[in-house]
Amino acid sequence: MSNNKLFEPSLVAGALKQAFIKLSPRSMFRNPVMFTVEIGTAIMLIVTAYTFYTKDASQGAPAYNLTVFIILLLTLLFANFAEAIAEARGKAQAESLRKTREETPAKKILAVGEIFMDEVKIVPSSQLRKGDIFICEAGDMIPMDGEIIQGLATIDESAITGESAPVIREAGGDKSSVTGGTKVLSDKIKVRVTTDPGESFLDKMIALVEGASRQKTPNEIALTILLASFTLVFIIVCVTLKPFGDFSHTPITIAAFVSLFVCLIPTTIGGLLSAIGIAGMDRALRANVITKSGKAVETAGDLDTLLLDKTGTITIGNRKATHFWPAYSIGKKEFFEACTLASLADETPEGKSIIELAAEKGIKTSNLNAAGATFIPFTAETRSSGLNLGQLRIRKGAYDAIRNIVTRAGNEFPAETEEKVKEISSNGGTPLVVSQNEMVMGVIELQDIIKPGIRERFERLRRMGVKTVMVTGDNPLTAKFIAEKAGVDDFIAEAKPEDKMIYIRREQEGGKLVAMMGDGTNDAPALAQADVGVAMNSGTQAAKEAGNMVDLDNDPTKLIEIVEIGKQLLMTRGTLTTFSIANDVAKYFAIVPALFVTAIPALQGLNIMHLKSPESAILSAVIFNAIIIPALIPLALRGVSYKPIGASALLRRNLFIYGLGGVIIPFIGIKLIDLFLSLIM
Amino acid sequence: MNSEITGVLVTFFITLLIAFPLGKYIAKVFSGAPTFTDFLSPFERFLYRTCGIDPNKEMNWKQHMVALLTINLVWLIYAFFILLFQAHLPLNPDGNGNMTPDLAFNTSISFLVNCNLQHYSGESGLTYLSQLIVITFLQFVSAASGMAAVAVLFKAFAGKTTGKLGNFFVFFIKTITRLLLPLAVIMAIILAFSGTPASFDGKDTITTLQGDTVQVSRGPAAGMIAIKHLGTNGGGWFGANSAHPLENPGYFTNMVEAIAQCILPMALVFAFGFFINRKKLGYAVFGVMTIGMLTLMIPNMLSELGGNPALAKIGLHDHTAMEGKEVRIGVAASAYWQVMTTIISTGSVNSMHDSSMPLSGAMQLLGMMINCFYGGKGVGLLNYFIFLIIAVFISGLMVGRTPEFMGRKVEAKEMKIAAIIALFHPFLILVGTAIAAYYPQAAWLNNPGHHGFSEMLYEYTSSSANNGSGFEGLGDNNIFWNISTGIVMLLGRFLPIIGPVAIAGILANKKYTPESAGTLQTDTATFGIMTYAVIMIVAALAFFPALTLGPVAEFFQLY
Repeated sequence: MSNNKLFEPSLVAGALKQAFIKLSPRSMFRNPVMFTVEIGTAIMLIVTAYTFYTKDASQGAPAYNLTVFIILLLTLLFANFAEAIAEARGKAQAESLRKTREETPAKKILAVGEIFMDEVKIVPSSQLRKGDIFICEAGDMIPMDGEIIQGLATIDESAITGESAPVIREAGGDKSSVTGGTKVLSDKIKVRVTTDPGESFLDKMIALVEGASRQKTPNEIALTILLASFTLVFIIVCVTLKPFGDFSHTPITIAAFVSLFVCLIPTTIGGLLSAIGIAGMDRALRANVITKSGKAVETAGDLDTLLLDKTGTITIGNRKATHFWPAYSIGKKEFFEACTLASLADETPEGKSIIELAAEKGIKTSNLNAAGATFIPFTAETRSSGLNLGQLRIRKGAYDAIRNIVTRAGNEFPAETEEKVKEISSNGGTPLVVSQNEMVMGVIELQDIIKPGIRERFERLRRMGVKTVMVTGDNPLTAKFIAEKAGVDDFIAEAKPEDKMIYIRREQEGGKLVAMMGDGTNDAPALAQADVGVAMNSGTQAAKEAGNMVDLDNDPTKLIEIVEIGKQLLMTRGTLTTFSIANDVAKYFAIVPALFVTAIPALQGLNIMHLKSPESAILSAVIFNAIIIPALIPLALRGVSYKPIGASALLRRNLFIYGLGGVIIPFIGIKLIDLFLSLIM
Repeated sequence: MNSEITGVLVTFFITLLIAFPLGKYIAKVFSGAPTFTDFLSPFERFLYRTCGIDPNKEMNWKQHMVALLTINLVWLIYAFFILLFQAHLPLNPDGNGNMTPDLAFNTSISFLVNCNLQHYSGESGLTYLSQLIVITFLQFVSAASGMAAVAVLFKAFAGKTTGKLGNFFVFFIKTITRLLLPLAVIMAIILAFSGTPASFDGKDTITTLQGDTVQVSRGPAAGMIAIKHLGTNGGGWFGANSAHPLENPGYFTNMVEAIAQCILPMALVFAFGFFINRKKLGYAVFGVMTIGMLTLMIPNMLSELGGNPALAKIGLHDHTAMEGKEVRIGVAASAYWQVMTTIISTGSVNSMHDSSMPLSGAMQLLGMMINCFYGGKGVGLLNYFIFLIIAVFISGLMVGRTPEFMGRKVEAKEMKIAAIIALFHPFLILVGTAIAAYYPQAAWLNNPGHHGFSEMLYEYTSSSANNGSGFEGLGDNNIFWNISTGIVMLLGRFLPIIGPVAIAGILANKKYTPESAGTLQTDTATFGIMTYAVIMIVAALAFFPALTLGPVAEFFQLY
């Protein structure tokens, strides 16, 4: 669903129009660097008109002044276009998500209806307000974001997540949220609307991308201050050059002053700065993460600690049966069958995995005759489940539960099975003991399956300087084993929701920035406390309100991507600033000799690029200055790629590419433009 | 290798040999660790008691700055009035007159701010009393003020989050008792035994070989000349400064003086590393500063040693560029001094900078424009800190984190201060020069054209950098120059002290984030290159157009 083409033709047209609209001084004023360029452009317009009418040759030919004016105007338009195209892409992405929630009929429940109490009335979705209640049945499109207050349903969320497998959402739990535009596949739910139209996270995100309500992030402000101060320095340099020139009997044209100024101030980064910020949020959205502020993306780059839930993030869903260990004297096939029978009615993922494993061993459920069996469900008291089939009483449960059953019946618990149980526990697994007629049959080993590739991702995070912490309800022994196997740096075992909070606080007191992901209402305080709190879209409304990002995919590994998006954003800013400032070296050598060479011919020696004439030198510099902006738009939008090679190596790499490159490229570029100009002039 | 170059290299390496252990010692003095000079503690305690100072009272950065500014204001008023009425005060054997108010304004500021720009000549402009209780006094206390300010920076990054940054008066007094006084005593003795006068007698009369009689000024000069270098002050006892045969009698004293002016600025860089327990950072900063020094030193040295092509053109066999240089010192040692005295903000001269080759003039100007390759003691490191913060900001972003230095986030407020300070120096220099250049062609220029322009540019650069050397040839003892450079000197001194100290104080108070693999390392060669590039592009290139109209134009016209 995400479109990665940078310049979608439909967007470009709109962005071009926006580029002109953004010329309004009121919107330019937000960007001090480009605002001064606009003033320079206005001055050049006046100078052009002046030279046309008065034919005053001391300010250069009218055509020359006009050319400078046009190039400066283009510089502004290019910068505006960069911002506009970034906005357009972000909006397009958000719109494509919003499109899923067009007008749909909603079955609104009126507490006091026209005829009945709790009457159902069909209204357009746009008329639903926060607090309204509607119902959805199989086949209905959910009209608005909301929280299930009654019932359970399978829902197709593929319109948002792109994931085709349906998900279950139910009232009361941590998965009670439904999103407008998704479709109910089965059952019936009662939903309370949680947002007014135009106030959903997506709406807020769109507003964030649009110019008007976009707030500058703290780092953006600091960088703007730095760029504004560079601009101020060059205002001083250019203004004082007038008396200096007069003193040295060196007349300098207004066009030359303005060109020198525009070339020296950091227009490249100044023109691309807001595009970079918007593109950061846009990249987050492409990863199906809605950010509630630009600051959150920025903070993500700084994260020191990630709190990750074990289940779903580090391990695949739930435990799986990995081994059958029959007791001494029990036949394998007999034991496998007992295991299968004990799990027939077990709907838990663990139970299913036992049947799957048995099937791999050649036990087919269809071959087992379970007719007339009474299933014994799991209860908290017995802590075991199973079935009674004629004379057979098969039970499966925790070690101590089965041990109770066995010993109470006067039978012995085999020593080697006990050994096995301990061995499995110490390997991070969970043993399930199976008994038949109060005799131990053997042990089933359940293991957490660590996601493939997760160890490498943690390694990558470690090289970025990010510490990973696994949060699990398991006992410390199991937790430690899994933590080591998955390669996380720390773990919180037997975690209660407040443990996360305590851990986050402790890390923050040590000056660290912490991120976590959560979905439950009891995660909400920790989500709010964390520097970056990512709520799952399926989570409760409280969780979504508390966090500063919402992940539409409900994918717990998303945190890792978010960190990289944040780092990319900051790096893009840094590298383009470096590039922009480094460009000044060449521009000085192009323009300064051009300013003075007519009056002081000896200064030809400073013209190390051998540019043809003062006019061509100045034009080449401003043309280079203008075209570098569109040339760098793709980089600004895509972001500089992040490589976890350590901070020093990264700095060396970027300094080499963007610093040294920034010094050399304009020398080549300006010389080439000058050669071209000398051909056509 | 020729002996002149060897002499320069030996001078530099002796400086290093002294500066390194001195740095260790300074770190100990500032941190209060035991040192071999602890026998001075009773004397210091006596001073604290007499002045009502509680040495254990910790100050935050604002209290530090209030203390510094208050005491400086007192000294300014004191110095101004003594200079104004010096003729009527004792110790005036030569019968020198009072200073005019504008000259007294300029001179009192000049010495208060460690600039030592002199719009007078010591022989006739000052009395012995003024030389001692105004000039020499201020040379001690202004040096100690700068050192006490940089101690706040040390304190700010030594530990974790803190608002307590030591006591200004303790840093100040210890700098004098433990560093400046002992070193100055040793150096004054060396100078006195090498021929520098140390006498309260008035002018002496000698008969030359030709039979003429000449009046020779003298005075208790040796002590003042010692602190003038140790404190990177630079104001000479005599008008000709260290080119004067009594102020700098021979090659040996020239070496001693060249070493003396460099040891404290260099030692402070090492001291910073030792104090905050990051020796590597100290070495990295020193490395960048040394490369910066060489960037200016090599062209300066080569252009001076290369001789003057104008002399070659008129057919002279020996075209060594000896104009304005002393035969006893020679070209290389003069060139070495020219660069050191400008980058280190001493401003004393052993040759006339006005007469140096155009490229050398440009290097000397650049040294002061950059003003942080070693820099004045204390303030040089503070200036460097500003560029370091800017470099940290840009490189921090380049490694994908919001910028941080020593575990503290650098945010908008710090950037604002750093930006203002970084642009303030070019502002003062360029605006000052612009006003002077705009003035109807006044009578103060002896050289029109590019050289005249360089002279004006040099005067404001020297004032703003608190350097104090002059491209003489400018008639500067008049109301315009006295007042305008006085104001520039004041602003150029205190804002660049308050700014960095404020940043350090604010950062010290911030949450400390421990380092991780993703944290920018500031003690690496790569970061050093980054800082160097920031300094060259931001600080030096802003002056490129101005330099082009001055020394660069002269250079291309000459060659």
